[in-house]
Amino acid sequence: MQELFAYGETGWGDELLAGLAVTLQLGVAALLLGLLIGFAVAWASLSRQALLRSAGFAYSTIMRGLPELLTLFVVYNGVGLLLNQFSAFLSPDSTPVEFSPFAAGVVALGMVFGAFSSEVLRGAFNSLDPGQSEAGRAVGMSTRQVFLRIKLPQAWRFALPGLGNLWINLLKDTALVSIIALEDLMRMTKIAVGATKQPFTFYLAAALIYWGLCVLSEIGLNKLEKRANRGIVNR
Amino acid sequence: MDPLYIIANYGPRFLDGTLMTLQLTGLGALMAGLFAPFLALARTCAPPAAQWPLRLYISFIRGTPLLVQLFLVYYGSGQFRPLLQDWGLWNFFRDPFNCALFTFVINSTAYQTEILRGGLMGVDNREVEAARAVGMSRWRILQRVSFPHAYRIAWPALGNEVILLMKASALASVVTVFDLMGRTRQVFSRTFDFSSYLWAALIYLGITVVFVYLWRQAELRMTRHLQTGSNTTQGEQRNG
Repeated sequence: MQELFAYGETGWGDELLAGLAVTLQLGVAALLLGLLIGFAVAWASLSRQALLRSAGFAYSTIMRGLPELLTLFVVYNGVGLLLNQFSAFLSPDSTPVEFSPFAAGVVALGMVFGAFSSEVLRGAFNSLDPGQSEAGRAVGMSTRQVFLRIKLPQAWRFALPGLGNLWINLLKDTALVSIIALEDLMRMTKIAVGATKQPFTFYLAAALIYWGLCVLSEIGLNKLEKRANRGIVNR
Repeated sequence: MDPLYIIANYGPRFLDGTLMTLQLTGLGALMAGLFAPFLALARTCAPPAAQWPLRLYISFIRGTPLLVQLFLVYYGSGQFRPLLQDWGLWNFFRDPFNCALFTFVINSTAYQTEILRGGLMGVDNREVEAARAVGMSRWRILQRVSFPHAYRIAWPALGNEVILLMKASALASVVTVFDLMGRTRQVFSRTFDFSSYLWAALIYLGITVVFVYLWRQAELRMTRHLQTGSNTTQGEQRNG
C-alpha cells in the first residue's frame, strides 16, 4: 500500500500531488473569473435599465439550469470551433489552434460560478439598509466611496456563507475537467488506475483528497466568516 | 451549423436520451426519497453516539465530487470482482446504468436526508406536544404531524435537489450510459455540428421549466389550507 503512494519513480504520490496542484490552480482561477462575472451579472440585474436587468436574469437562469458538463463541452468544443473559424478568417492557411483544456475549464467553471454567485451577491446587496448609503451620501461621500466603504464590506458579510458553499461546489466540479483531458487530480488518478489495476484504492484516495480539501475549506470559511462579522455584536 | 438538419436526422436519438435522463433522475430521486425519511429521523432522534456513521457518510458524500463517487462504484467494483461474483452481485455492477443509478441514489439520499432533517427541525415542538396531548402514539405523530409538516417546509429545497440530480445525471454519459448528454456527445462526434449542444441545452432547460412548474403546483396543493382566499384576515389569524 505504501509503495503505491510513494513519492518518486515507483509510487504515484508525486503524480497525484501534481494533479492536485492543477486542480487547485483551476479552482482558484475559476473562482476569480467567476466572482468577476458574478459581480457584473449582479450589477446588471440590480440595474435601473430593464434591458440590462433581463439580460442578467436570463444569464443566471440559463446557466444555472444547464448541467456543468454540458457547459464545459459547449465551451471546450464551441469556443474551439469559433477560434478556428476566426483564425481561418484572418489567414485562410493557418493551422487549427487547440483551445487548451485548462482555459476551457476556467472559462466554463467560471461562467457557472458567475451565474450562481450573481444570485448570492444580488441577495446580499439587496439586503443592505438603504439608509446607510443615504447617510454616506449625506456626509459627502462619492458613489465610489459609498460602494467601497459601506456597501461592499457589508454585502461581503451577507454573501460569504453562500459564496463559501459555491466554492466547495466549484472545487468538486473541477473533477469534470478531467473528462476533457486536463491533467488534474482526477485524471492522474485515472492514469494511476490504468497502470496499477487498483481502481478502488486510487479512486478512494482521490475521494479522500477532495474530502480533505472540502473540510479544510469549511474551516477556512468559518474563520473568514468570524472575521467578516467581527464588528457585529451578537444579540 | 444547421439546427434543423440535426433535429430532423437525430431527433429520435435526442428523444431516447431525454427519456434515459428522465428515468435516471426520476428513479434516483424516488429511491433516495424512500431512504431519506428514515435517515433524517435517525439524524434528529438517535443518540449522538449512534449518529457518527451517518454524519460521516453525509460528510463524505457532500465533500467529494459525484464523478469520483461514480468511478468508485463503476471502476472500483472491478477490484472486488471475485468477491462480487461470489455474492452474485457482479452482474449488477457490470452494467453502467445500474452503477450510475446506484451512485445517484447513494448521493441523493445524503442530500435529501439533510434537507428533511432541516424540515423536521423546523416543525414547531408545540405541534408534537399537542398531538401527544390528544393521545396519539409516537408513530402516529410522525405520520400525521411531524412528517407532513416537515415535507411542506422542505418541499422547495427537495425540488432544488431533484434539479441538481437531473443536471448531475449528465455524468452518467462518462460511463457510457446514453442519456441526453451521452446522445449529444455521440451526435456531435459524428457531425461536428455545434447546434447539437444547443438542442441539448434547450431540452435540459425545458425539463427544468416543466419540473419547476409541476413542483410548484404540488406545493400549492400541499399548502392549500394555508392560502388566504377572500376572507384573508380570518385565515391568517387561524394560522398565525
